[in-house]
Amino acid sequence: MLLRLFQSVVGSLFLLHISMASAELSIEIIGAGENQVPVAIVPFGGDQKLAWAIKDVVVNDLLRSGLFRMIDAEGKSPVEPADVMYPDWQARGAEALAIGSVAVQSNGRIEARFHLLDVVKQTELAGQAVSASEGQVRAVGHRISDLIYEKLTGDKGVFSTRIAYVNREGQHFRLVVADSDGYNEQTVLSQNQPIMSPAWSPDGSHLAYVSFETGHAVVYIQSLYTNQRMLLAGFSGTNSAPAWAPNGKQLAIVLTRDGSSQIYLVRPDGSDVRRITFSGEIDTEPNFSPDGQYLLFLSDRGGSPQIYRMPAKGGPAERMTFGEGANFSPRYSPDGKGFVFNHRISGKFYIAMQDFQTGQMELLTEGGWEKKPSFAPNGKLIMFASEARERGILATVSSDGRVKQRMFTRSGDAREPVWGP
Amino acid sequence: MKKLFIGIILVNLLAACASQKPVEPVVEAPAPAPVVEAPAPAPAPAPVVEVDPLNDPNSLLAKRSTFYPFDVSVVQEADKPVVQAHAKYLSEHPDRTVRLEGNCDERGSNEYNLGLGQRRANGVKQMLLLGGARASQIDTISNGEEKSRCTDHNEACWKQNRRTDIRY
Repeated sequence: MLLRLFQSVVGSLFLLHISMASAELSIEIIGAGENQVPVAIVPFGGDQKLAWAIKDVVVNDLLRSGLFRMIDAEGKSPVEPADVMYPDWQARGAEALAIGSVAVQSNGRIEARFHLLDVVKQTELAGQAVSASEGQVRAVGHRISDLIYEKLTGDKGVFSTRIAYVNREGQHFRLVVADSDGYNEQTVLSQNQPIMSPAWSPDGSHLAYVSFETGHAVVYIQSLYTNQRMLLAGFSGTNSAPAWAPNGKQLAIVLTRDGSSQIYLVRPDGSDVRRITFSGEIDTEPNFSPDGQYLLFLSDRGGSPQIYRMPAKGGPAERMTFGEGANFSPRYSPDGKGFVFNHRISGKFYIAMQDFQTGQMELLTEGGWEKKPSFAPNGKLIMFASEARERGILATVSSDGRVKQRMFTRSGDAREPVWGP
Repeated sequence: MKKLFIGIILVNLLAACASQKPVEPVVEAPAPAPVVEAPAPAPAPAPVVEVDPLNDPNSLLAKRSTFYPFDVSVVQEADKPVVQAHAKYLSEHPDRTVRLEGNCDERGSNEYNLGLGQRRANGVKQMLLLGGARASQIDTISNGEEKSRCTDHNEACWKQNRRTDIRY
């Protein structure tokens, strides 16, 4: 077993606090990528209030990824590529430089034009106009961050994606949708009964989740546009663990209507319920492969909770995890080559990853009360629930285990996070 | 076995109903199960009423929970007499119903614990059926680790959370 712990990056370990004046959210970053790109972000020309707001968002996005180092842009304000004195930036150690301008259109839309320049080769890497409706300054910043990230790392950015999680304060539960950095929090459901297991529809338009509001666990699907919702499964006993097929035309759910927890398929309108596991033991936490052909799930049919794989249409299951300890909450990586899961051993919960080809488990975290991992759409980050200062928090770890981030929400315990499109 | 008693039964029923009341969610939702209004206690027609052993604090029936070791769902020897007493009571009172609620400690995924809690409740149900209760008298649900009595990360706390509650 390969162990990539936190301590292994101690040489380059640093702790960074990002604080934003208007924010009631704090983020800590631990560790750094193997190679950090030195980049300078010049405050845009034009509307100065907007320009600084955008710069803040972009700088914080890039820092949170752990893959960039910020170069001081003090005293310099080029707006067009022709204004750039490359030797100045080379002297400051920058390899890339972002410049641009921002303005508010007559209809209220924010329009930013930006250029990403290669300081070493003295060429333009990207130039683009990004616009958003009034008030969506953060969205503009996240789009620019995505472009910079993609150009400089070769991977798609995930700064414009959203997350869902459950916030618990005493016996009060809120289902929350927010930007991937925790801002723009919106409450989808608020009640004095537990909410569990939110699951994004593949197009990001709906959430399926488990609610105890009728006194037992039932599954709802709710539109994030209209807030309308419908009962997907409310059979006697327990209805839980919704997972969407990648084409959005089917969900896997777990029902106990025939005895123990077994996996069923159902259409999003609640019709055509069909049982696909018959172990008589606990089969739960199904997750579809990106091509929709397989399901990973958890079963204790072998005596302890372990991860199994089976055809999504039903059929024989194959055990995927072996060795000491128990394993929970499997989720396919976006490229389908492996999966992330929750590993419990000697009383601690770790976030772990396993490759289908090697079958080797790799621990990504130092262990504790860490649960419910899910991949960012680009497969480079994993979000999970953790605990710090006696509170439930959201945390991320890069898929190479090097960069970790902790997000403290305003109050209460953050739980059950899931990364959306 | 029957003792004299004056109608406190209805009061208990009312209390049970109140504690089961589902909470209204904020978004528009399908109407939650209606709370049944118990009728006001009728004036006792006679001073002597049949005693319900369910309300005898010295009866085994006063015990309403079974407890488990970690990741175990089989009813333990120590709790069997309690479950058997409830089975006998239910078989003798076919109009009474129970709801079995399985609970777990936090050492698993939430979803696995929902399954484990359901298995604990199902285990108690099987024993009630063997003892003469009818399936129509029994409802089983699981709270998993979501309704912990105690939230510290230690065994003293966890052992209280690993249980099935028998609720009339």
